[in-house]
Amino acid sequence: MSAIEAASKPVLGHGLRLQWEPAQDAHVLLFPEGMVKLNGSAGAIMSRCDGVRSLGDIVADLELAYGATGLGPDVEAFVALAIGKRWLELRA
Amino acid sequence: MSDLPPVGHGLAAPSAAFAAAAPGRTPGPPLWLLLELTYRCPLHCVFCYNPTEFANTGAELSTDDWLRVLREARALGAVQLGLSGGEPLARDDLESIVAEARALGFYINLITSGIGLSEARIGALKRAGLDHIQLSFQDSSREMNDFLSSTRTFELKAQVAALIRQYDYPMVLNVVLHRHNIDHVGEILAMAERMGAQYVELANTQYYGWAWLNREQLLPSRAQLERAEEVTRAFRARVGNRMQVYFVVPDYFEVRPKACMSGLGSVFLAVAPDGTAMPCHAARMLPGLALPNVRTSPVREIWYESTAFNRFRGQGWMKEPCASCPERDTDFGGCRCQAYLLTGDADNADPVCDLSPHHHLVSEAVARAERAVAASAGQVQKLKFRDHRISIPVVTGDPVAGA
Repeated sequence: MSAIEAASKPVLGHGLRLQWEPAQDAHVLLFPEGMVKLNGSAGAIMSRCDGVRSLGDIVADLELAYGATGLGPDVEAFVALAIGKRWLELRA
Repeated sequence: MSDLPPVGHGLAAPSAAFAAAAPGRTPGPPLWLLLELTYRCPLHCVFCYNPTEFANTGAELSTDDWLRVLREARALGAVQLGLSGGEPLARDDLESIVAEARALGFYINLITSGIGLSEARIGALKRAGLDHIQLSFQDSSREMNDFLSSTRTFELKAQVAALIRQYDYPMVLNVVLHRHNIDHVGEILAMAERMGAQYVELANTQYYGWAWLNREQLLPSRAQLERAEEVTRAFRARVGNRMQVYFVVPDYFEVRPKACMSGLGSVFLAVAPDGTAMPCHAARMLPGLALPNVRTSPVREIWYESTAFNRFRGQGWMKEPCASCPERDTDFGGCRCQAYLLTGDADNADPVCDLSPHHHLVSEAVARAERAVAASAGQVQKLKFRDHRISIPVVTGDPVAGA
């Protein structure tokens, strides 16, 4: 997987749904006949992938929300993994 | 989560993505809710998992009953919803059921033959919030599709596939494999690609219901299976992640059983047309399992308190070799229905496991299939088509033992 442009805009894959499930105390990703329970950081990233915010915006927003710096490589690695699984797609 | 087993017309376990409840603890919520809205179906498939005595079950639930089941299950945490049957489109209140389910936050899968899915209905279902449609085909050719479903439906299904694309649904094609179509896997995958499918489920028949009656005519040979797997591997390598192809291996060819339903009473709750609540779609056959009914019991009570749903939770029910097996936390002893059908005792190890003293029942069935395939060269004979006029009680043991 080549590096993802900071300006590219990740969005949920076609036909997928992301929602918060109180019964599981987690974000879950729903797709045809399947479900993935996301951990806290995956949920925080995925819930910001709205096709409007760029990868750079998402990293900045997460760093602000969690009072952290240097999250870029981790977020990019997760987004790349999620694209490989077709959980996310990129908008130019 | 690439190894996602489907729930389709041929009966398979819910997603491996659902974690099983740890043994001995309070069960988690019924994350996967399957509503079998009706046993009515225009098809007569030889591999249908519906109970062979389906024509003798009680009246279908009303719309209000189904809506109440949705609300009660969602309150417990159910989130994946399968609407199946029979043919769910036979219910004219399907759109109302979908709308309520969507409002409650379910992800809604319609599992259908496509028969009855007009453009007006697919539009209404889209507006109601249906998330996805799984369309079944019996084969890639009109002749075999129509023969195996005992109907003339192939062209109709092809039109429905086009509608599914037009209405921007993720397209999931499900084809149940067996001796008479498994050699067509290459053509089936090519058909799926032409139709623009994103997911293809090649689900080898599992032997329950009508499929159990037809097992001696449906079980493929090992050589057929290996060729089909090779064709599937080559196809996957060519299309990459543009299409997801799930190949559900027929468990008769395995030496360890499937982790059926991630353990009964762990994540899966099915409700039959007459309101019978079941820990697996085939559980109606299990003797002495007093299945509760949603007409008379709330879903919470059914899931957490009923004897039937607690019967196979944990490991206390297990016999040897399961009871002391280091793999019991992985496969939960396999499938209770298969243990019952083949050995006559639902507490036995699933005889697919080669540690089971009954494993010979499986290997002998496979050996008979080898001989039959060699002898008949694919000729189709003696299939029992699902039919409401024929009501057949469940027979356990080996249907041809001593024959």
